[in-house]
Amino acid sequence: MSIPADLKYTPSHEWVRVEADGTLTVGITHHAQDLLGDMVFIENPAAGRTLAKGEECAVVESVKAASDVYAPVAGEVIAANGDVEASPESVNKDAYAAWMFKIKPANADDVNELLDAAAYQKLVESEAH
Amino acid sequence: MLKQTPLHATHRELGAKMVDFGGWDMPVNYGSQIAEHHTVRSGCGLFDVSHMLPLDIKGANVRAFLRQLVANNVDKLQVSGKALYSCMLNEAGGVIDDLIIYFMDETWFRLVVNAGTAEKDLAWMEKMNADWGMGLTLTPRRDLAMIAIQGPNATQALNEALPGVDQITASLKPFNAAAMGEMFIARTGYTGEDGFEVMVLAKSAPFFWKALMEAGGKPIGLGARDTLRLEAGMNLYGQDMDETTSPLESGLAWTVDLKTERDFVGRKALESSEVTRQLTGLVLLDKGVLRSHQKVHTKNGEGEITSGTFSPTMQQSIALARIPLGIAPGEEVEVEIRDKKLKAKVVKYPFVRNGKVLI
Repeated sequence: MSIPADLKYTPSHEWVRVEADGTLTVGITHHAQDLLGDMVFIENPAAGRTLAKGEECAVVESVKAASDVYAPVAGEVIAANGDVEASPESVNKDAYAAWMFKIKPANADDVNELLDAAAYQKLVESEAH
Repeated sequence: MLKQTPLHATHRELGAKMVDFGGWDMPVNYGSQIAEHHTVRSGCGLFDVSHMLPLDIKGANVRAFLRQLVANNVDKLQVSGKALYSCMLNEAGGVIDDLIIYFMDETWFRLVVNAGTAEKDLAWMEKMNADWGMGLTLTPRRDLAMIAIQGPNATQALNEALPGVDQITASLKPFNAAAMGEMFIARTGYTGEDGFEVMVLAKSAPFFWKALMEAGGKPIGLGARDTLRLEAGMNLYGQDMDETTSPLESGLAWTVDLKTERDFVGRKALESSEVTRQLTGLVLLDKGVLRSHQKVHTKNGEGEITSGTFSPTMQQSIALARIPLGIAPGEEVEVEIRDKKLKAKVVKYPFVRNGKVLI
């Protein structure tokens, strides 16, 4: 199971990378894409949209099912990745390279509430039973 | 405790992702569902369909029994091995199950029923057997496993895996079956491709499966089975029809025989009720994925998607939908997906047959 140590995670299976300038890059985890299977459609939030923490803001659909993606923290969308919308299968190939959108957090400290790799690993293991 | 087919350990060894499918622990894929889908359209795929139940009905009155029990007419079956697809209806004209009936001889017919409905079907048939005083013996054949071999290379793979079967596969026509020793070989399937469904003794199934893989067959999970059957425009029980829907509003009028005087369960209800809806194909014109239960808006009122998916062959989303009559192929409708209304085109299905897109 691939869970990079340098990323943060949410219980709803998003990964978050804290960039040097304090902005956040968001995608879905390897575990999430594995559960969903072959991706066929992705819809990202528009740049400029303001998100509340936990708000449904993107959709990933596999052949099997549709799944919502939630905002890991409150903030403003500053970029959305058109490449993953054009090639949804890139999420299956490398979930951590296929980022979906970037957020400028409303409050920089909010990232501290996210799970670290060890805590996320535990969560994934507990869901497997 | 989930039920297991005779090939359960084989799926585990192959690294299948297993899911609870109507109480059965079944492979949903062995890696990529889309790759498996393409394998069946271009090569040869193997499906474990042992969760479905073969049921032998024997006795002097078996033909008379089936004439009353099902909506299609078993008198179409006169040659041993010939198969018939039919619905079994309740008194209200709703579909209890859809099934395949094989004519073996005048005292023996073999049925194959869906996994999720098997117990209900058996109870219904036993009740009718008793009510009508038919004196038949119904034997569920859980001692058999069933493997579907599907795709343009299916014949080649089966011939290679099973020495001597080439004499049968060379002459077996679609929707016919033949016995070979303990095995039962039917030229049937649920993919829109050429292929076979083979029943073997449960204990022989793992060996047979491995021989088929050595002959070039690739294991295919239930995920791809669903996208393949939807492209082929084949109904799925519980989604496209059930006990509350009429076969005449489920795209199954061709399987209901109303031409003969034969009195079958559900006939009165079908003849006295008005048909106001139709099952039709949809192709999504906007981006997104059609899914079951999404609402469809037409100029004649609302309808609903019964099965929807992303079509790996067509690279766009397709669906079956139950909508009001009077909407013709080529017309546009709107489908509600989350908070949006997306454009879809009504089409005549099947969408794909024998590897070719028909839309």
